Amino acid sequence: MRVTQGAFSFLPDLTDRQITAQVQYCLDHGWAVNIEFTDDPHPRNTYWEMWGLPMFDLPDAAGVMAELAACRKIYGDRYIRLSAFDSTAGWESLRLSFIVNRPAEEPGFRLDRAEQGGRRIAYTTRAYATDRPEGTRYG
Amino acid sequence: MADPAAEGHAPDRLDLAALYAESEIGQMLAALDDDLVGLLPVKRRIREITAHLFVTRARQMMGLATGTPTLHMAFTGNPGTGKTTLALRMASILHKLGFIRRDHVISVTRGDLVGQYIGHTAPKTKEVLKKAMGGVLFIDEAYYLHRPENERDYGQEAIEILLQVMENQREDLVVILAGYQDRIDTFFESNPGFRSRIAHHIEFPDFSDDELLAITCKMLEDSQYRFSPQALGLLRHYIAARRQQPNFANARSMRNAFDRMRLRQSLRLFETPGLVDRTALATIEAADISPSRVLTGLKSGSQEEHGDHHDTEEAA
Repeated sequence: MRVTQGAFSFLPDLTDRQITAQVQYCLDHGWAVNIEFTDDPHPRNTYWEMWGLPMFDLPDAAGVMAELAACRKIYGDRYIRLSAFDSTAGWESLRLSFIVNRPAEEPGFRLDRAEQGGRRIAYTTRAYATDRPEGTRYG
Repeated sequence: MADPAAEGHAPDRLDLAALYAESEIGQMLAALDDDLVGLLPVKRRIREITAHLFVTRARQMMGLATGTPTLHMAFTGNPGTGKTTLALRMASILHKLGFIRRDHVISVTRGDLVGQYIGHTAPKTKEVLKKAMGGVLFIDEAYYLHRPENERDYGQEAIEILLQVMENQREDLVVILAGYQDRIDTFFESNPGFRSRIAHHIEFPDFSDDELLAITCKMLEDSQYRFSPQALGLLRHYIAARRQQPNFANARSMRNAFDRMRLRQSLRLFETPGLVDRTALATIEAADISPSRVLTGLKSGSQEEHGDHHDTEEAA
């Protein structure tokens, strides 16, 4: 099951040229671009591991793309996303976040229903990938 | 750039002159000619690069193979011959020519690239390279990167990373090295990889007396000063005399001389009773040049350029 988080996630995967254009847009607006990766695709897993520091002082997207290439080399079997943080007063939050790398196979999620008193049902989702320990979840 | 060849109707012949006229590059080169006095070998090389760009464009239109040319450069020459000045302008030239995406120069020296302890150098160098991507990375006095007397020096690590990026990301980054001829030569001898990765080795010749005069006049013009006719005559002598002295640094010596003239002029006007007018404020007189140690032949204990300054202040 294809994970759909962040922008563009219902589109086919972005090509490097498209990613470069998006990054350039972010940098041109003065947003700090971050590279983050994880192997826990649960939608409530908000804070992913960061690859290096936020890149806020680059004029050109080539620097970010070089870092992304380095990150893919090591964590190419995990989810990698780019996020752009706007630090201007009033915003101070992420303006854009999109997945740029995903595992070859995405096993998807299981929906658990727990019956409770009064026939009430509590739902919870669990990623099949997280059945295995961290670092060995994909391939 | 559109690629008409891909659509299957490549033109038979192209007018390079018309292509050139369509762009603003002709104007830009003329402005460069105007702004920089002398430096003929340098201007010639820029012309070559420009011509290459147009030929590349024409080849593209004809459907011939094109590749990114290697644009890394090494500027060598004596102090004050305009290496740094030109390197800083090179970015806008290459940008207008369309070789680089961004019009920026990151100017660095050894301290910005080489770390202080093990493991510090690589991230530091990469950080600088990342920042320079898309534009020009200017490494002033590049030979300091390599310290042959200390084999455990971290400079070598920075050089290796630099070489790798220069080779693999030619379309993202143009590296310009600058330094004095002899030291750059030794540097290349111990790092042969560097020499071969740099396509353009440009030598900056020393300026002639006339060129120095023109440069000084230009400096004055830019700061809205001018020489009186007598001062101009005296300046000729000054340039000839200054050239004979140690630590002559071409245009830089002239800039320092101009700064001292300005100070003497200020003092002269300050101490002259009465009113000053616009002309007086803008004119450097012969009296502002003549007290110079260079002309009076006073011996100075200091070898430094600024030493000259202090001495003349005392003399004035």
